Amino acid sequence: MAGAEGDDSLYPIAVLIDELRNEDVQLRLNSIKKLSTIALALEVERTRTELLPFLTDTIYDEDEVLLALAEQLGSFTVLVGGPEFVHCLLPPLESLATVEETVVRDKAVESLRKISQEHSPVDLEVHFVPLVKRLASGDWFTSRTSACGLFSVCYPHVSSTVKAEIRQHFRTLCSDDTPMVRRAASSKLGEFAKVLELDYVKSDIIPLFTALASDEQDSVRLLAVESGVSIATLLPQEDLEDLVMPTLRQAAEDKSWRVRYMVADKFSELQKAVGPEITKNDLVPAFQNLLKDCEAEVRTAAANKVKVFCESLPEDSRETIIMTHILPCVKELVSDTNQHVKSALASVIMGLSTILGKDNTVEHLLPLFLVQLKDEYPEVRLNIISNLDCVNEVIGIRQLSQSLLPAIVELAEDAKWRVRLAIIEYMPLLAGQLGVEFFDEKLNSLCMAWLIDHVYAIREAATCNLMKLVEKFGAEWAQNTIVPKVLGMANDSNYLHRMTTLFCINALSEVCGQEITTKHMLPVVLKMSTDQVANVRFNVARCLQKIGPVLDSSALQAEVKPVLEKLATDQDMDVKYFALDAISGILAGQNNLPIMMLL
Amino acid sequence: EAGVGGFFTKTKSEINLFFNLVCDPADVISTVEFNQTGEFLATGDKGGRVVIFQREPQGEYNVYSTFQSHEPEFDYLKSFEIEEKINKIRWLPPHNPAHFLLSTNDKTVKLWKVSEKDKRAEGYNLRDEEGRLKDLSTITTLQVPVLRPMDLLVEASPRRVFANAHAYHINSISVNSDCETYLSADDLRINLWHLNITDRSFNIVDLKPENMEDLSEVITVAEFHPHHCHLLAFSSSTGTTRLCDMRARALCDQHAKLFEEAVDPSRQSFFSEIVSSVSDVKFSHSGRYLLTRDYLTVKVWDLNMENKPMETYQVHDYLRTKLCSLYESDCIFDKFECAWNGTDSVIMTGAYNNYFRMFDRASLRDVTLEASREVCKRRAVLQPRRVCVGKKRKETDVSVDSLDFRKKILHTAWHPKENIIAIAASNNLYIFQDRLTPNGHHNTPEIQSAM
Repeated sequence: MAGAEGDDSLYPIAVLIDELRNEDVQLRLNSIKKLSTIALALEVERTRTELLPFLTDTIYDEDEVLLALAEQLGSFTVLVGGPEFVHCLLPPLESLATVEETVVRDKAVESLRKISQEHSPVDLEVHFVPLVKRLASGDWFTSRTSACGLFSVCYPHVSSTVKAEIRQHFRTLCSDDTPMVRRAASSKLGEFAKVLELDYVKSDIIPLFTALASDEQDSVRLLAVESGVSIATLLPQEDLEDLVMPTLRQAAEDKSWRVRYMVADKFSELQKAVGPEITKNDLVPAFQNLLKDCEAEVRTAAANKVKVFCESLPEDSRETIIMTHILPCVKELVSDTNQHVKSALASVIMGLSTILGKDNTVEHLLPLFLVQLKDEYPEVRLNIISNLDCVNEVIGIRQLSQSLLPAIVELAEDAKWRVRLAIIEYMPLLAGQLGVEFFDEKLNSLCMAWLIDHVYAIREAATCNLMKLVEKFGAEWAQNTIVPKVLGMANDSNYLHRMTTLFCINALSEVCGQEITTKHMLPVVLKMSTDQVANVRFNVARCLQKIGPVLDSSALQAEVKPVLEKLATDQDMDVKYFALDAISGILAGQNNLPIMMLL
Repeated sequence: EAGVGGFFTKTKSEINLFFNLVCDPADVISTVEFNQTGEFLATGDKGGRVVIFQREPQGEYNVYSTFQSHEPEFDYLKSFEIEEKINKIRWLPPHNPAHFLLSTNDKTVKLWKVSEKDKRAEGYNLRDEEGRLKDLSTITTLQVPVLRPMDLLVEASPRRVFANAHAYHINSISVNSDCETYLSADDLRINLWHLNITDRSFNIVDLKPENMEDLSEVITVAEFHPHHCHLLAFSSSTGTTRLCDMRARALCDQHAKLFEEAVDPSRQSFFSEIVSSVSDVKFSHSGRYLLTRDYLTVKVWDLNMENKPMETYQVHDYLRTKLCSLYESDCIFDKFECAWNGTDSVIMTGAYNNYFRMFDRASLRDVTLEASREVCKRRAVLQPRRVCVGKKRKETDVSVDSLDFRKKILHTAWHPKENIIAIAASNNLYIFQDRLTPNGHHNTPEIQSAM
C-alpha cells in the first residue's frame, strides 16, 4: 500500500517535529537547526499556514533555541514559496525582534535585513515597512531598538511618501525617552545617512547627529562619534567645516573620557573622512590633546594610533608636523605612569622610523626605543623587540644591536618563563638580522643556556629555535658551534638534560643532513641506549625512529637494528613498546625492504 | 491637606492580612523594593526567596510569583559559608511584557526574568497527549503542533549569574540610568557590570589599603544617580558620602564631591563615629538631593552643597542616652534604610518597636507610626505614636524604657508615584495605601499587610 510506504519516510520528520516541544533544550535546538528539513517535508503551503504561525508564538524558549530560529528564518525564503511569499517570514521575526536578549534581537534584525532584499518594492511597502513602523512605535524599548537597524534597508526601495515617513520615524527614535533606543539610533545614524539623499543628510541627519552628540548621557554621545565619521565621508569638503566639525571638535574635548576614548579610537577613520586640510588645522591639535589626556584609557587609544596618524598626514608637511607636534607628546608617553599606555606606544613607535628616515631615527627615536626596551614592564619591552625589523631597514642592524643587546640579554633571563619564551620565539628573526658572526659572539651562549632551563616549555622552544637557526646559518655552522655542545649534554648527570640531547637530535638531524647525523649524532644516540633511566632509553628508540629516514640503509642495518632489537627485549614496558614501534616505523619508511632484513 | 500630619492620622485605613503564624527565621524579610511603575513590589528574605506582589485593579497587592533566588553555598577555598539571604533587589526598567530584577546575596548577583505564559502547544505526531506512543501505522500525515490557551502561568527564570567578583560582602546593587550597566558594592570595592556580560566587571572604586591594618573605613552603600549615567554616590562608615563622576576617569577613587558635616567637638564621644556611619543613601527622584540615614538621623543634602545637610531630622533622639546599652546589644550597628515619596516632599525611615517615622519637608511636621499585627487591622486607622523620655503625658505614650529593640523596621519602600508604602517588620510585610475618598482627596490610606 502506498500509504504504508509513506509512513516510513514520515517517521524521521515526525520525530523532528515532536522534538520541537521536547523538554530537553538540546533536542529542541537540534530540531530547530533542522527546521529546513521539516519545512521541506511539509511543503510550502503547510509551512506558511501551520509551521510559521506555530513558530511565531514560541518565543518563550531558551535564548539558544531562539537564536537558532532567528538565524534559520533568514534563509527560509525558498521554503515558503520564494520571494512572492517571503513576507510570511515577517511575523515570527517580528516577535523575535522584541525579545529581551540582545543577541537574539540582533540576529532577528540581521535576518530581517537579509530577507528585505528579497521583497519586491510593492511587498516592501505593503508588508515590510509596516513592520518597521510597528517596531518603531512599539511599547517596549526592545522593539524600538530593533527598528533602528531596519530603516536603511528599506529606504532606497520605497516611494518618496514612504521615505518621508521613514525619516520621520527615525527622527522620533533619535529623541526617544530611553537611552537604549537613542543609543541604537545613534549607532545606526551613519548607516542610515548613507542611503539618504544628500539634501536630506544635510537637513535631517545633521541636526540629529548634533543632538545625539550632545545627549545628556555619555553612553549615547560616544556612539555618535562613529556615526559622525561616516557622515563626514558623505559630505562634500566645503560643508564639513560648518556641518560636522563643530560637533566633532566638541566630542574630542568632551567632559566624559569615554567619548574622548571613542574619538581616539576612531581617529584614523576620522582623518581619512575629513581630508588633509582639516587634519592639519584641527586634528593635529586634537590628537596632541588626546595623547596628553588625563585618562590613561584615552592615552592608550591615542597611542595606538600614532603610527597610522603620522603615516596618513599630508606628505608636504608630514615631517614638520611629526617633529614639532607629535614627537614631543610621544616623548612624554615613553615615560607615562600607566603601563598600558607605554605598551600601546611600544607596539607602534618603531613604525615612525620608516616615516622619519635614518637621521631623525638615530637622533630622536633611538633614545626612545632604548628607554622602552629598559621599561619595567616586560610587555613594553616585548612590543619593541617584536617590531625591530622596521627600524633595521632604516638604520641598519649594527647600530641597533649595540644599543639593543643588553636589553635582550636581560629579557632572555627574565624570571617569568613566558617572557623568556617570547624572546626565544624572536631569536631566529634576530639571528637573521644580526648575522652569524654577531650571533655567535653575543647570543649563542644564551640559546644554549635555554636548553637546560628548568621549564620544559622553554627547553622545547629552545630545541625548535636551534633547528631554525641551523636553517638560517647552515649545517657547517651547526657542526662547529652547536652540535658539540648538544652532544656534550649526553653525559650530563641530569637525565632531563640527557633527554634534551635526544630532542635536539630529533629536531636537528634533518637540517644537518646525513653526514653529520651518521658521523656525530648516531654514535651518541646508540651509546645512550644503555642509559640507566628508562625514559632516556625509550626516547632513544623514538629518536632512532625519527632520524631513521636521514640515515642510509647500511647504517640502519649495521648499527640501528641491533640496538633496537636489544631495546625490544628491555625489562621496561614502555621501552619495549617504543622499540617495536620504531622497528615497524623504520620498516615502513624503507617501504620495500622485507621485514626479515631488519629482524 | 498636605503633609504627613494629615496624611496618615485622621483617616480610615484598611488592612489585608497574610500573616504567617509560625515565625521561621528564614522568613525574615531582608529587602523591599517597588518596580518603576509601582505595579509590582518585590521582597527578599533570609531564606533566599523572592516574593513578588502585583497590584490588583482594586488596589490591593497580591502574591504574583515566589521563587528561590539564592541557595546556601560553601566556599571551599576560604572555608566559609555563603548565606542565601537576599541583601538587595533592584528592578530593571521595563524591556518587554516580562519583568526583570536583580537580586544579590553576599557574593553573587542574579538577573531574574518573571514572565507570563498563557498558551500551550498541543499535538504530537508519535504520541497522544497523555504521552502514550501511537501505533505507527496510523500515522499517515505530519502534524504541526498548535498553540491553545491555558491558565496563566507565571515563571521566574534566572537569566544571568554575576559571580566571583567580590571578596567581601555585597551591600548594594544599583542599575544605571543608561539601562545597560549596574554597580555592585561590597565593603571595600565597587564594581561596574554590563547587564549582558557575566564573566568580567570593572572595578571603579577600591578602598582596600595595601595593608589591611591601615583600614579606616568601609563602603556601606552605593547608588547611581537616577538620570545622569555618569554619577554615583557611595557612603562610608565614617559618616561621609562621596559623589563620583565616571566621566572624569575610569577609576573613581578620587571623588568629585564629599558630603560631610563637621562634628561639634563638644559632642564627641566613643560612639560618635559608630552612630555617624551612613546606613543608606537614596537620590531624590529629581536627582537634585541625597537622602542619607545614620543611626540617629536622616539628612537631606543638596548636591550643590557639600559642607552641611540642608535638613536634618531626628529619628529617635531619645536613644542618645542609651547608646551604651545599644552598643552592648549590637543594636547600634543596625542598618536602617530610608525612602523618598514620589514627589520628594516626604521622607520615611524605620525605627525600633516596630515604629517608622515620616517627615514632611515643607511643613516640618513629623509622625511616628506603628506597623504591628495588633494595630494594623484591615481598614483600621493608623494612630500616631509618641515616645516619651520622662513621665507619660498621655495614655497612649510609650516610655523609652519599654521600647522593644528586637522589633525593628529596617526596610521600607515608597511607591514611585502614589502614597503607598511597604514596611517590612521581621517576617511581616505591611502595605499601607492612601485611598481616594469620594471627593477625590488623597487623605485616606488603606492599610494592607502581607506575609
